[in-house]
Amino acid sequence: MAETNDKKASSAAALQPSKTQSGDLVVAFSGDWELGQTLPETRSALDAIASLPAGGRIKFDTTALGGWDTGLIVALSRIEESANKHNIEIDHSGLPEGAAKLLHLAFAVGERSGAKRSDEKSSLVIRIGKATSRAIGNLKSSLAFLGKFMESLGRFFTGKANYQRNDLWVTMQEAGAEALPIVGLISFLIGIIFAFVGVIQLNKFGAGIFVADLVAVGMVREMGPIMTGIIMAGRTGAAFAARIGTMKVNEEVDALTTLGLDPMDFLVLPRVIALVLMLPLLTIYANAVGILGGMMVSLSMLDVSATQYWVQTKSAVTIGSIVTGLIKATVYGIVIAIAGVKSGLECGSSAQAVGTATTSAVVSGIVWIIVSASVLTVIYITLGV
Amino acid sequence: MISADTEAPQIEVRDLTLAYGSFVVQGGLNFTIPRGQVFIIMGGSGCGKSTVLKSMIGLKQPAKGEILYRGESYWDTDDDARERLMRNFGVLFQQGALWSSMTLAENVALPLEQYTALGTNEIHDVCRLKLALVGLAGFEDYYPNEISGGMRKRAALARAMALDPDILYFDEPGAGLDPISAKLQDDLILELRDSLGATVVIVTHELQSIFNIADNCVFLDPETKTQLAVGDPKELRDHSEIFAVRNFLNRGTLTPPPVSDDEPAASAPAAS
Repeated sequence: MAETNDKKASSAAALQPSKTQSGDLVVAFSGDWELGQTLPETRSALDAIASLPAGGRIKFDTTALGGWDTGLIVALSRIEESANKHNIEIDHSGLPEGAAKLLHLAFAVGERSGAKRSDEKSSLVIRIGKATSRAIGNLKSSLAFLGKFMESLGRFFTGKANYQRNDLWVTMQEAGAEALPIVGLISFLIGIIFAFVGVIQLNKFGAGIFVADLVAVGMVREMGPIMTGIIMAGRTGAAFAARIGTMKVNEEVDALTTLGLDPMDFLVLPRVIALVLMLPLLTIYANAVGILGGMMVSLSMLDVSATQYWVQTKSAVTIGSIVTGLIKATVYGIVIAIAGVKSGLECGSSAQAVGTATTSAVVSGIVWIIVSASVLTVIYITLGV
Repeated sequence: MISADTEAPQIEVRDLTLAYGSFVVQGGLNFTIPRGQVFIIMGGSGCGKSTVLKSMIGLKQPAKGEILYRGESYWDTDDDARERLMRNFGVLFQQGALWSSMTLAENVALPLEQYTALGTNEIHDVCRLKLALVGLAGFEDYYPNEISGGMRKRAALARAMALDPDILYFDEPGAGLDPISAKLQDDLILELRDSLGATVVIVTHELQSIFNIADNCVFLDPETKTQLAVGDPKELRDHSEIFAVRNFLNRGTLTPPPVSDDEPAASAPAAS
């Protein structure tokens, strides 16, 4: 391959290893050895090095070498590495002065032992083992987090927790009042969707008025809490994780700790409390707006009056169903807030880690909403409420 | 907050070993810091200086060994005692670590609100004073992202001094400062030591400031993962028996001795 390149153009890079009678290996470089050109493989030279008899030396011939840059140094360092491995001496005198210096610089500080990451593929058993111990570790850290949070909650109720009242109010505003527009919009649309489905299906057997029941019960018992929960997981849970995660990256959390302020009291507590208080309130609002949306669709598509619709809604919704919905909302608030702050506090110290923490806050928040929704629904059915 | 007990040294580090998992960062550290001293923890980049600092300020539990504050072990005690010890520290983090959601005045005020019985007006006055001490008078209502990196560092120093701590810790205080600001900061550190009677522990590798302000220092070595020398940096620069220490303090200008001089250091970490 080297010869053919050599003939084609004088500027094409080529390398030619040849053995001398004294047992030395002369590697001849010719043409332009520059990055961006097609550079020949160094394999022929490396093979020649491996088969070099003991006592042989490696020399370089660069009389035909044109321009060179890092491309040449990379090839040279491969040769040097291979020579070091086979304990073969290298004579740098044939190289351009600059190249010899760079090569010397590259090998001046040996590779730090243990610094290189091993990229070996471990066996399936090892990977399963590692994954299992990681999962156990995660479980332990989650339990430890919950334990610490409970301690902190205990301090809150006994008035010993160190946190800023102001922080609590601001978070309540961010997780409450400021979420009203988006929660309102989504709930309104959910109410409309519910009503459309109901109108089309129920009208088939002349039970159009029961759209009011469908919308009201659906919103109050299930959709109101769950949609508010999902919106808040994406909106506030993510914000908690990003905020606390960034504070961790900037050592702001360390700064709190060294002042004797427990991040659990100072950062976690106000956020969890704020969200747990705000989510049921947002849910009540979502329920009302959803019912309003359903009413608008029904009034325009069915032959019912607003009064009729309202009376039907009132008869469908009991205090019991409102309360079951609000209990659900409270539970969602707990899981969203915990998922958010926990991801934030476990954030690593890079920009990427903040992104990962935010993603994990939203994903685990939503997963836990669905899981607790199922569990609560089963409990409600069992209890008959 | 000034203790009557002057017998025990302010800080004593005994046989300290720090590790991340099974990876040992530094081991076998022993040094004592008397009250009012400016003590430097130095060593090449990546030798674990900051990790040592982290364990001294209570952020990283050591794998082995003890850190004693006036004879009281920091890690072998209950949470309350640890919190009490912690309140005597002021820490200046490498990037300042100001709370970015609060103004400078609020940053300085937070420790005061938590740990003193001062009223709002008094806290306001203290914040103004502390910020004025670091040359930031008038910047009370600025947020950390509205001021320069050097100013942020000074603001962080104001926060670190808010509670008049007995011990001030600095992580690379000169990093990112121009030579004049760095000099001013050195002067400020000495001033604080003299006027507050504080003990100052600094992690740095800036020779200029080491020679300017240090009373004593410990040299950490990344190769042997332990301390190579403890002593006055000027003394170590000229007379240390260990070549690596002398060379570091002479900015790497020494030629290695023909006979390997630093060999004994590897086997027995010696205090000079």
